[in-house]
Amino acid sequence: MEGVVFFIGAIGAVVGAVGVIAARNPFYSVLALVAHLFSLAVLFLLLTSAFVAAAQVVVYAGAVMVLYVFVVAYVGEAHEAKWDPVPGQRLFAGLLAFFLFVEISAAILSSGLKALSTHGPDVPAGFGDPAAIGNLLLEKFLVPFEASSLLLLIAAVGAIVLANRKPREPQPPAPPRPTESAREEALTR
Amino acid sequence: MNISWYIVLSALLFTIGAVGILVRRSPMVILLCLELMLNAANLALVAFSREVGNAQGQIFALVVMVVAACEVVVGLGLIVAIFRRKLPLDVDDLRELRG
Repeated sequence: MEGVVFFIGAIGAVVGAVGVIAARNPFYSVLALVAHLFSLAVLFLLLTSAFVAAAQVVVYAGAVMVLYVFVVAYVGEAHEAKWDPVPGQRLFAGLLAFFLFVEISAAILSSGLKALSTHGPDVPAGFGDPAAIGNLLLEKFLVPFEASSLLLLIAAVGAIVLANRKPREPQPPAPPRPTESAREEALTR
Repeated sequence: MNISWYIVLSALLFTIGAVGILVRRSPMVILLCLELMLNAANLALVAFSREVGNAQGQIFALVVMVVAACEVVVGLGLIVAIFRRKLPLDVDDLRELRG
């Protein structure tokens, strides 16, 4: 049963991720990312981390993606070139991706961590639930917790400053520079 | 399921995000691909936290979520600023850091 749920979540996550990079319209990319995030939340639940799964759905799929949808609606569809400006870029990207995947997998699977091929140890019933995470956040990790709240505040202020700045007045076009041939003509004259 | 399945899945998702960053040209889609890579790292963190049987790795994942939210907010602010200056939203055209 657990295997079935894992594969459903894994296939959903991979399909969502491929949809993000394959969709031409950025709006569909955002929707694919939402599907990907929901699948990941299922995987987090399988790993008995209920609070992270809930935060994933509420914060990520709920709040951050709404921000994306607003900006996509504001900016509109980008017109990406259908061809490669750099010849062979997709081929090289695919090759690099293949080798990166093989390399990461080999590095992890040959690391000799014995617990990797197990389910992990048996954990008590409250593992990863909001109470446990809250205790950890407010006792052991209080300073990172406060630092992240400060970081969020700075990011919000920074985004407002960046997006609210008035565009500068268009500068008058510079007088056209004399080209080489025009200069030569002036010299010969 | 063995923990290694989750780790290999996380490696696969990270790779897909990296391909997106290499191939796509719209800065918005590149931000989305960054999200994919951060989420893959999150999956690995939570899987390792389960492997050790210690919930502290999940705190790490939550902090990664906070950092990702900040990155999205600033990145989208930049995109809106670029759009309002009527500059092309294409990372090949935006290679000079001029205002």
